[in-house]
Amino acid sequence: MSEQNQQAVARYRNNFLKEVEDRVEDGEWVKMCMQCGVCAGSCPFGPHWEHSPQKIFMMIRAGKREEVLASDSMWMCTSCYNCIVRCPRKLPITHIMHGLAHYAHRLGMAPKGQPTREIARLFWNNLAKTGRVNELKFSLAMYFKDGFVQGIKNLLAMQGIGMGLMKARRLNPMEILGGHKCKDKDGIHKMIAKAREIEERKQGYAS
Amino acid sequence: MSPSIATNQTILVVGGGIGGMTAALEAAECGKQVILVERNATLGGRTARMNRYFPKMCHPTCGLEINLRRLKGNRNVRVMTMAEVSSVTGRRGDYTIILKLTPRYVNTNCTACGDCAAAVEAEISNPYEYGLSKTRVAYLPHTMAYPMHYVLDPSIIGTADAGKAKAACKYDAIDLDMQAETVELKAGAIVWATGWKPYDAAKIQPYGYDRFANVITSLEFERLADPHGPTGGKLLRPSDGKEAKNIAFIQCAGSRDENHLRHCSRICCMASLKQTHYVREACGESGKSTIYYIDIRVIDRLEDFYRKVQQDPTVSFVKSKVAKIVEDKDGNPVLHGVDTEGYHRYATTHDLVVLAVGMEPETNGIKLPDDLLLDSSGFIEGSHDEGMFGAGAATSPLDVNRSVQSATAAALRAIQVVHKTAAAEGGRP
Repeated sequence: MSEQNQQAVARYRNNFLKEVEDRVEDGEWVKMCMQCGVCAGSCPFGPHWEHSPQKIFMMIRAGKREEVLASDSMWMCTSCYNCIVRCPRKLPITHIMHGLAHYAHRLGMAPKGQPTREIARLFWNNLAKTGRVNELKFSLAMYFKDGFVQGIKNLLAMQGIGMGLMKARRLNPMEILGGHKCKDKDGIHKMIAKAREIEERKQGYAS
Repeated sequence: MSPSIATNQTILVVGGGIGGMTAALEAAECGKQVILVERNATLGGRTARMNRYFPKMCHPTCGLEINLRRLKGNRNVRVMTMAEVSSVTGRRGDYTIILKLTPRYVNTNCTACGDCAAAVEAEISNPYEYGLSKTRVAYLPHTMAYPMHYVLDPSIIGTADAGKAKAACKYDAIDLDMQAETVELKAGAIVWATGWKPYDAAKIQPYGYDRFANVITSLEFERLADPHGPTGGKLLRPSDGKEAKNIAFIQCAGSRDENHLRHCSRICCMASLKQTHYVREACGESGKSTIYYIDIRVIDRLEDFYRKVQQDPTVSFVKSKVAKIVEDKDGNPVLHGVDTEGYHRYATTHDLVVLAVGMEPETNGIKLPDDLLLDSSGFIEGSHDEGMFGAGAATSPLDVNRSVQSATAAALRAIQVVHKTAAAEGGRP
């Protein structure tokens, strides 16, 4: 269990709803859910994930901390915003789901190897390094995330598209050598560090 | 402009539904002078279009008949139909009201014999039946109409039908030269019994009320179940006229929804529970009613009615707000959603879907006097000068029983106002 996680458990004991309200972005909306089920029924990914938003909100209220934070549901959200538009109580459901995903990730409780989480992680690391997304390195990182052999297979499968992109000058093979970056790379790093510091203060990680 | 026909000790009641009739009669029976104005051609309002009342399952005609009898026996009430308030000025104890009168093209000679209707050919969508059937351009609004006079639809003017109707009338009751008029009158107090209207179901896009023939509103279902209605009381679905046996009721269609009506319309749960009785009466054990709900909200002693419906094996309850409706190739509506008791995903086919639509104030979209106080949904709370009052469903979503209570209370407040006016003027109240 991560240190942050231990702290959170000690601080909120059995009140997981309070923890979500304090620490998850838009978490204070969770108690407004009236369990009508429109979000669950409207979600295009509905049948493919473990817990619908409606169910996640009820689980939060029931204090099912482990199950909620380890759920893959928040990571399946494609941000189509159907649920927000339809919610009769105007809960910002998409945002709450992303907030929960982020919180679970910070506590180290998000499901390991969950593909969309893995993509999000690779994308962020790629972006935060130089302030610009290096598409070539990002694609390669994605192809090889399940091992070398699978990586080669993925490369061969995507060969045609890669060549096409290069011909259309949408993909520069020289990007593999460092690649382009923003003018003030250090400035970006400082901004990210500062944002993180503000977030920690606001959401009480520091104390 | 016609001369004033009332004084500032008169009470004006706006709206001739069950609430307005009650407020007018209660005040009149206390000896007050009352003017009752109604926008439509007949009194009775939405109550007259119901099949049955809950919880006793009696017929609205009964309550209407009692009120009409009271009305006929009372000289203090003057009823004006096809009259709409266009402006109110002044203050408590001294209001000036401008009324706009729409021509009926039929005068009081009419005996309701029906010869004019038999003579004309053109048809219009029947407003009394919520457009479920057609009626001739010369028509009696309904069998309990008051006044018991025919009406000519304005579209008849200038057509051959107008002449035919006039020629057919043996009593010289048809007057094609009637014009719209404006009338000014005085009143000391005003009771707004303007009632409610169903929320426009087509705005609830995922339910497809405007796309699927077999998705109807609870009000249309009342008409289907009425023996005097367009199907003679048979529950025939609109798409193919097949008898509907497996019927879904969707609660909170528009109510309790920040995207539609914020408030709980309060009566729709009882309305759907009542309508399961219609299904049982029409189909017996072979009928099937399914109520999709968020919570069943039946108030105080109406709970007994709910308990009885729960014991009916032909009625089932699904705790879920339906997410969307699609239509299968046979025109059957298929309901999609997830239930809250177990989070099961369902796709259930029914013959007919009844949307328990919410109630919104009839006055939404109409400019009311600035002095009136409205709540966030548009329901009337009163007025700054305390000379105008809401009554019945104009004040909040109410059933008939509670509308009548509210109207009686409003009548008492209006009587107090005209008493004070009279005292201030030095006259006897």
